[in-house]
Amino acid sequence: MTCDAARELISPLLDAELDAAQASEVERHIQTCIACAELQFEYLQLRERVRADAPYYSATEELRAQIDRALRQAASAKERRRAPWGWIALASAAGFAAALVLAFLLGPKMFHSEQAGGDLIAQEVVSSHVRSLMASHLIDVRSSDQHTVKPWFAGKLDFSPKVKDLGPQGYALTGGRLDYLDGRPVAGLVFQRRQHVINLFVWPSTAQSGSRLSTFAITGFNIVHWSEAGLMYWAVSDLNAAELREFAQLYSE
Amino acid sequence: MADTIAFARFEQAVMPHLHAAYNLARWLLRDHHDAEDAVQDAYLRAFRFFDSFDGVDARAWLLAIVRNRCRSVLGQSSRRAEVTEFDEKMHTADDSAPDPESGALRNAEIVSLRTCIDYLPAEYREVVVLRELEQMSYKEISVAVAVPVGTVMSRLARARIRLKDCITARVRGVAR
Repeated sequence: MTCDAARELISPLLDAELDAAQASEVERHIQTCIACAELQFEYLQLRERVRADAPYYSATEELRAQIDRALRQAASAKERRRAPWGWIALASAAGFAAALVLAFLLGPKMFHSEQAGGDLIAQEVVSSHVRSLMASHLIDVRSSDQHTVKPWFAGKLDFSPKVKDLGPQGYALTGGRLDYLDGRPVAGLVFQRRQHVINLFVWPSTAQSGSRLSTFAITGFNIVHWSEAGLMYWAVSDLNAAELREFAQLYSE
Repeated sequence: MADTIAFARFEQAVMPHLHAAYNLARWLLRDHHDAEDAVQDAYLRAFRFFDSFDGVDARAWLLAIVRNRCRSVLGQSSRRAEVTEFDEKMHTADDSAPDPESGALRNAEIVSLRTCIDYLPAEYREVVVLRELEQMSYKEISVAVAVPVGTVMSRLARARIRLKDCITARVRGVAR
């Protein structure tokens, strides 16, 4: 290695940014070259000095509070712009409640009970998703390996959910947990798409035949439901509907 | 509800890097109030564009926004920007007649290091701050500064040579 080439690499050598082969070549050169050894020493001294003496300017608590206020304001302004949707959601929730009362009064025969049950489960699925994000109890077993997550459920559930990592397709498996839905313990699988979390809930279905993907949206969350091989799958996320559907499609393949 | 969660997630990912954001802004703008304004502005932008965050490295992602804010502040007020209008008064300690007994020499050393970093052109100063004070890898710096890793490497090497020369020159100046 020439002296000029080595001089260029002393700085990244100190930063541990060279690969092993390059590093050992530079180090070999330094052992035989006084000028480069001196430069390395100077760089080291400089680094020590900068780290010891250059002030690190910390933000004040006032700045933190000020930013926090500004962000909350921005967040609630965003919320207000969406207000009409809030009313529509409220109105439809009221409608839904009225329909339930009606269903109760008129008896189950008048309504397709599976559908009403489906809506209730969808609500439950959303609540469970929200809870998992808020209570920071998202994951019991943290792993991106489907062969770790699947056996973890054995002995905890009376069924074996399909566990599939879709990392290569951009939906990375991050772990799993036990959850409780529809009056029974269920498998909760957690996936990540950019900063969006997808919860996929799985439990045995009463219906024998499989069903194709159906899509719902409740209070800003998208939900895709399907069933296969005697199991029901409910995927829920704040991810956009198209991508969540793609996820479900890939998963059910 | 969705917004509450988005907000909570933003706070969780981005708020821990407030000191890093302020430190970078303070070094780039060399003024406390300008730095606070730039950081607040950067946080609001970050919140608005949180969707574009890939979930990998919140610090580098945030610092890229902070750096852009600082760059445009410097661009707007190019009259006071950079070395020509550099305000020597900010470096208050008096480095005449250093007295090793009283610690004044030590103080002068600290001041002269800070002055030399402040004299670096902004693109050198930012890589030094991110590397030495934030201890970021070249890869992380390349995200924050939006240049290839090779450029980070050569800028850092050049910045170090300048810094070294500047310090040596000041030591000679003091000794004279």
